[in-house]
Amino acid sequence: MNREEILKDLTKKFKADIIDIFDKTRKRVYIEIKPKSLVKVATYIFKDQKARFNIATGRDARDYIEILYHFTVEDINLLISLRVKLAKDKLEIDSLAPHFKAADWIEREIHELLGVNFKGHPDLRRLLLPEDWPEGVYPLRADYEEWDPQAVRDRGIEKNKKPK
Amino acid sequence: MAKTIVPIGPYHPLQEEPEFFTLTVEGEKVVDVDVQVGYNHRGIEKLSEMKTFDQSTFVIERICGICSTSHPYAYTRAVEDIIPMEVPERAKFIRTVIAEGERLHSHLLWLGLAGHFLGYNTVYMWAWKLREEILDVMEILSGNRNNYAMFKPGGVRRDFAPEDIEASIKKIDSIVPTLEMLRKAVMDDPVLHARTKGVGILTKEEAIDYSALGPTSRASGVARDVRKDSPYGAYDRLDWDMIVTETGDVFDKVVVRVLEMFESHKIMKYCLKNLPSGEIDANIKSIPPGEGIGHIEAPRGETFHYVRSDGTNSPERHKVRAPTFMNLPTYKSTVIGETIADTTIILAAIDPCYCCTERMAVRDIKGKKLYNGEELIRLSQEKTERIRRGKR
Repeated sequence: MNREEILKDLTKKFKADIIDIFDKTRKRVYIEIKPKSLVKVATYIFKDQKARFNIATGRDARDYIEILYHFTVEDINLLISLRVKLAKDKLEIDSLAPHFKAADWIEREIHELLGVNFKGHPDLRRLLLPEDWPEGVYPLRADYEEWDPQAVRDRGIEKNKKPK
Repeated sequence: MAKTIVPIGPYHPLQEEPEFFTLTVEGEKVVDVDVQVGYNHRGIEKLSEMKTFDQSTFVIERICGICSTSHPYAYTRAVEDIIPMEVPERAKFIRTVIAEGERLHSHLLWLGLAGHFLGYNTVYMWAWKLREEILDVMEILSGNRNNYAMFKPGGVRRDFAPEDIEASIKKIDSIVPTLEMLRKAVMDDPVLHARTKGVGILTKEEAIDYSALGPTSRASGVARDVRKDSPYGAYDRLDWDMIVTETGDVFDKVVVRVLEMFESHKIMKYCLKNLPSGEIDANIKSIPPGEGIGHIEAPRGETFHYVRSDGTNSPERHKVRAPTFMNLPTYKSTVIGETIADTTIILAAIDPCYCCTERMAVRDIKGKKLYNGEELIRLSQEKTERIRRGKR
């Protein structure tokens, strides 16, 4: 399938799941989908369209947490990014790790750095943060404050001054 | 049989990097493995959000000493993708030369280490000696042996001088005979075959499932290379081969990297010879709000950067994904069932990233050079001959 056919196919197949399509350039497409439809759309792109899972990127947009799942369809040089927006009071989404192993580590990373719960992940342990890092403190959140008194002292960070 | 746990790390005795492996073994056989990372988590993504777009280029250049160009390359392409824009032709060629030089020296470094892990130290010595030549070329072209600081959003920071181009072409041509010797050493050595063939196999299905990258995937028969799939720089200007093998064992991963070095030499030489004239920088004035993705083929696989701008002079979000992040989890499927003696080379086969540069010359106390490379090789061969004759 070429680029237009794939996009047409996706719009037709997932009409009820897609919120918005942003056709940025010849090589990049951003598709916003409903969080509950993620597994069905992502596995279709990964398995049926034989795309490669690049990575997922999480971002705290203050009102909500946004996760982008990037897939490359290598034959036609197209990078599809699936965008989901999660409300801050209900930070959970179905895990992709049971469907393909490539999603395993990055979901663990987003879980600890942004505090998103991936439902059904086989092993949601910490990946990068140390064991003594306090529960419920997420370093990539916009409202993150330095909590470690030693770090505050050593690096001269003022406790109430928020990093950007 | 009773299970035993063998901990390796957090400071790996062989690969100077902080990672922790918990191997569960039954006798000699590995039955389970758990990888723990994060001992050197530096918070660079957060740091980058506090710098300007130009400063971030230098911060992320320091993520890795070996792939010091792949991160700035992916990052600048991500920033350019926000706008979106194309860099000038001359800058594209210069970027390609630097990226291929890096691939050459990185593969040589890896080949040396792989030889070292197998107890084949001759390969280690030769590969690292050859790597010095490449680092010299990089020094001629960029002024630096590592951390070249050539990249900026919109182009490159320095131009190549005509006389430096001449000198570099001469030097990279001079490494081909030694490269050929190394290729023969790898292809023909029975000990190396015995240690690496059929060991640590990553099947094609697993490579796809893990989304493995770079030589790790290409050795398993997955023809995947960002330089071909999504051409950037000057990679679509000439004819070069993507090296793909079928078995996915350690030997195939060696073969892919060794043969890739010849392609890198070809690409580098073409770009230096056919360097177009013109500007080297598009002079970006401001970066609009939006998001961009940059991905390039680093020596170990695709490096992926996502940058989001809110219209100010610093990134709102900057995500870095190095190739080892995708390749390291494949260790779980390649090492289980193998013997404990093979665990190091199987891990080394994915080329996890390390940084180390040392150089040597024999000098007397006044700093006068006593021996050069050829003389040292002669001395070493003479000693081998003496040992062979039983006289020490």
